[in-house]
Amino acid sequence: MTALAPGSIGLATSDAARQVARRHRVGRAGLAVFQLSTIVGIVVLGALLYNIANEAAGLVAYEHKTDPAAVLPGGRDLAALSAPELAAVLTANLSPGEVATLEREAPLAERSQAELRRLVDERVLETHAAAAWNLTDSVLDRPAIEATVAERHPDADLRLTSWLSPAFVTAPQSGDAEYAGIRTAILGSLWVIVITMAVAVPVGVAAGIYLEEYADHTRWLNRAIQTNISNLAGVPSIIYGMLGLAVFVRALEPLSSGGAFGAADPTTANGRTILSAGLTMALLILPLIIINAQEAIRAVPSSLREASFGLGATRWQTIRHHVLPGALPGILTGTILAMSRAIGETAPLIVVGMSTYITFDPSSPFDKFTTLPGQIYQWTARPQPEFHHIAAAASVVLLVLLVALNASAIYGRNRAQVRY
Amino acid sequence: MTVALEAGPRARTARNGANPPMGGDNVLEARALHVYYGAFRAIENVTLPIARNRITAFIGPSGCGKSTMLRAFNRMNDLVPTARVEGDIVYRGQSIYAPGVDPVEVRRHIGMVFQKPNPFPKSIYDNVAWGARINGFRGTRRELDDLVEAALVQAALWDEVHDKLDQSGLSLSGGQQQRLCIARAIAVKPDVILMDEPCSALDPIATLRIEDLMQQLKERYTILIVTHNMQQAARASDYTAFFNMGDRRQGYLVEFGPTPELFTNPKDPRTEDYITGRFG
Repeated sequence: MTALAPGSIGLATSDAARQVARRHRVGRAGLAVFQLSTIVGIVVLGALLYNIANEAAGLVAYEHKTDPAAVLPGGRDLAALSAPELAAVLTANLSPGEVATLEREAPLAERSQAELRRLVDERVLETHAAAAWNLTDSVLDRPAIEATVAERHPDADLRLTSWLSPAFVTAPQSGDAEYAGIRTAILGSLWVIVITMAVAVPVGVAAGIYLEEYADHTRWLNRAIQTNISNLAGVPSIIYGMLGLAVFVRALEPLSSGGAFGAADPTTANGRTILSAGLTMALLILPLIIINAQEAIRAVPSSLREASFGLGATRWQTIRHHVLPGALPGILTGTILAMSRAIGETAPLIVVGMSTYITFDPSSPFDKFTTLPGQIYQWTARPQPEFHHIAAAASVVLLVLLVALNASAIYGRNRAQVRY
Repeated sequence: MTVALEAGPRARTARNGANPPMGGDNVLEARALHVYYGAFRAIENVTLPIARNRITAFIGPSGCGKSTMLRAFNRMNDLVPTARVEGDIVYRGQSIYAPGVDPVEVRRHIGMVFQKPNPFPKSIYDNVAWGARINGFRGTRRELDDLVEAALVQAALWDEVHDKLDQSGLSLSGGQQQRLCIARAIAVKPDVILMDEPCSALDPIATLRIEDLMQQLKERYTILIVTHNMQQAARASDYTAFFNMGDRRQGYLVEFGPTPELFTNPKDPRTEDYITGRFG
């Protein structure tokens, strides 16, 4: 750099001024790159959300096997009928055995109008989607869609439908996209994540404490363990699936199937249970939690540890009263990230043997299960376009579930962060 | 105060060794002490008596091992995995490095105040009470209140904080924080207080307050202080130990004596060079 000549400050022609201008230009170019990158990120996120929303709702042409006019009283529209009227339609048109089964599940008189409407649709009218369109086409191209429907499906009702509905969230699995729901998948995901976190967080944090606070870093063995944990964090999730299959599903089958506790689900003759899935997922996120806990613990200033030791505190008292409270927000942040990862993982669960068609609610760790991402994967792989729409609807639910769990975890972290 | 430190075999040999130069009223005594970090010798062969209820200052150029020496007195160096000690330190007749001696118990009797004020991120009250609590304080809330008040009074902080004991210790000024750290150290009723450059992060007024405080505290406690500031050593201490760095960067004791004598009539030419500002 040229030396600043006396008197050159403020002169646009001086070397120094040109230098400064050049440095500012470089800075502005950097800023432009950062802004552009942020915009790219926002655009990609917007495209993702648009894509999901676009598929999750739209026009649907419904065809009925039974003509509504023939069975519904007074030829009225299904939506206009009251709950008792719908119950009457059901009892009139279904076999006594079918009615008895429904009454056993829940008395028809106590069911809501929406529920009964769905039953009439499914059982009496046997409504199914003949064709479906995405939201953009439905809004922009409605006349063309109407023309197509009139030509190819003359008897069909064309209705603007949201595939995501309360019934979709609460209904169990079904072979018909119109009646399929994700209740079993949501419950499966929650079961798996609870087991995963219950195992991975205590073990991971405890290992992090040991490695940071107790282990002698000058020893060869401890350094080797440290390196291996870092590498494990990068191992592809499918490998963990293989491990889970070999260890939890096969080798530990008596434990993971619940047989050893006399709790085996009669429908599950093997170890492909929620427990196996949760343990596999716990192994998957364990390295992340350990590394994160170590970083959080390392970030606690050593002056606090010294102050504590200087007062005659033991190592455990120091950890318990100063290191852990100081590291807690960081540990929780890492836990949130690890949980998000675990909720979205699909591959290891497929390897571990996730069932995708589950019509009953999982009620113990030894049940068969499906999860939301597994369900989405399975639906997108089907050829029928209706399933792609409900896969999009399930994606919305998955994202909402993720945001809800993260929000509660962040709330918990912020409460833990209340410190002087 | 009862001392439950065990006297190990090494302590006995150490006691049979060199006679303490200061006579019998020494609380602590380093005997032929060497401190190593791995293969590096940080302190070489220091023999040093610490007189009871006096302030002993360690001075010397940067990197000469004053802090390492200070931390050897309450086994804080044990927290450094590679640190190792040869020789001995005797506390009231008992070796603190003998096998079976618990460093936690040593630190319980020999407290410490650090260079940078490091109050816990807790209330002023809890900062002072914590040490007592973890040391198994078995008293009523009223007794704990009294203990906290007594410690803050002794640390000359009570008047400034008595009406905001529930506020964060970190909300205080630097000088107040350092006095809080002194109160915290006092609250566990130690015998000796080690101070590692306690004023280096403070302004001159706060520094003088700490120095005044030390004069009051020495009525009850024995104080060791590391200082960079020769005027501070001259003003505030009763004895001064001058350390220097050897050609392998090892710290060694050059001269030790009553402070006025060491500053007015140094026996060693290196001490004279240092205190007259010719190096360091």
